[in-house]
Amino acid sequence: MAPEIEADQLANRVIGVIARTQRIPPESITLESTFEQLKIDSLDGINIVFELEKEFEIDIPDEGVAGLRSVRDTVAGVRQLLENKSQIAPPSAV
Amino acid sequence: MRRVAITGQGLICALGNTVSECWAMATEGKSGIRPLRDGGTPPYKFQVGAEAVGFDPSGHVSEKDLILLERFALMALVAAREAVAQSGLSFDGELGDHTAVVTGSSVGGQFTEEEGYQRLYRENNPRVAPLTIPRTMANAGASRISLEYGIHGPAYTVSTACSSSNHAIGQAFVMIRSGQATAAIAGGSEAVFAEGLLRAWEAMRVVSPEACRPFSADRKGLSLGEGAAMLVLEDWEHALARGASVLGEIVGFGMSSDAHHITQPNADGPARAMAWALKDARLDPADIDYVNAHGTGTQANDTTESEAIHRVFGSRAAQLPVSSTKSMHGHTLGAAGAIEAVLTNMALRCGVAPPTAGFREHDPACNLDVVANDARALPLRAALSNTFAFGGLNAALVFRRGLD
Repeated sequence: MAPEIEADQLANRVIGVIARTQRIPPESITLESTFEQLKIDSLDGINIVFELEKEFEIDIPDEGVAGLRSVRDTVAGVRQLLENKSQIAPPSAV
Repeated sequence: MRRVAITGQGLICALGNTVSECWAMATEGKSGIRPLRDGGTPPYKFQVGAEAVGFDPSGHVSEKDLILLERFALMALVAAREAVAQSGLSFDGELGDHTAVVTGSSVGGQFTEEEGYQRLYRENNPRVAPLTIPRTMANAGASRISLEYGIHGPAYTVSTACSSSNHAIGQAFVMIRSGQATAAIAGGSEAVFAEGLLRAWEAMRVVSPEACRPFSADRKGLSLGEGAAMLVLEDWEHALARGASVLGEIVGFGMSSDAHHITQPNADGPARAMAWALKDARLDPADIDYVNAHGTGTQANDTTESEAIHRVFGSRAAQLPVSSTKSMHGHTLGAAGAIEAVLTNMALRCGVAPPTAGFREHDPACNLDVVANDARALPLRAALSNTFAFGGLNAALVFRRGLD
């Protein structure tokens, strides 16, 4: 799979989670959208992070939540955590 | 308008089982925030809390009470007994009809509620315990206290999350001041260490992984605590006429709603509650010598509370001694205002501002004279105690030094 397609898929899944959690159409969200534009405040953010943890089976630390300002930040953060996870997983699981 | 005396106090929390035990610990800056007895499976992201480990209800109440009441209500009852014993009041006859009981609780009987759900959803057993309703009702403590003393006047429970017991004490204060009641038992209690509730707090990401450090630049959130505190409030003239010790006085009460956001604090609401409490007390900001802050230890609360204190106290704000005793007894939610009312009143009585334990580093966003780590002896005339709740509901009380 080409890396850029994989990147698109990841972004689409993150956008899907944000759309579902915030009850807004996914078409209204782009990679460039900021949380401010989407009217997502810190409490919404906690809710989104909770759903992202479930969707991607990752554990997002509190320190990682505070700096999130946009969809792009969020996708990058999720990608980082997924890469860390695959590095520590046993070879048979990769 | 009548003056309102404090003639009795009772307190149970992680610092001890009586007012004197708790005050001794608090003035030494000793924290009751310790490793949790049950850290959860899988472990909670926080492994510390202010559990009232010394409180064993079986040593205080009958077997029947242990069946009928759960921890938060038992703590309320035992704290009320200490307060009433100190006041020397008897509620026989007419006084029983003119006494109020007002308690605060945010979550009520959480353990019993969770046991019911476990049976129902985990064990698929539809036979939920028959005493679930009376054990979980938030007014269980108020009702049991009223039964204990044959108090027939107004009795109820206020639930405004972390402001519950300041609202409760404020209600009792207003009733006595207006003549609607001659005396009142007022305060609050909370027992928070139930798994479902801890998981819910964990999910909110506001609990510190280590003991909380209110107002410290390196703070990481709040630490949960459990406990109860009750005050006996009494018409000043009634207290003097019977030769009671006047331990303190409540002189002002201010309330406000942020109408801003369901959880994000802002400075306007807290500032209005504090300003109103001072106006109600007919005191100027210059008359206040100590503030017992809400001071939860979250980034958001402590910066907005500092801003609110600056708005109310102006240029004096940075020199006004402020502490958060939550650094020692934890954030006890609906009991917070009551526990802090007792400690604030003790501060006035003893001329000692209790410290903020665990404070390490000044935060420029919290430009206050934080009483850090060590108690400070000070001549104190009047003090303010703040509570601010999720939901944006604020309640502040003003206390004045009593006669004894």
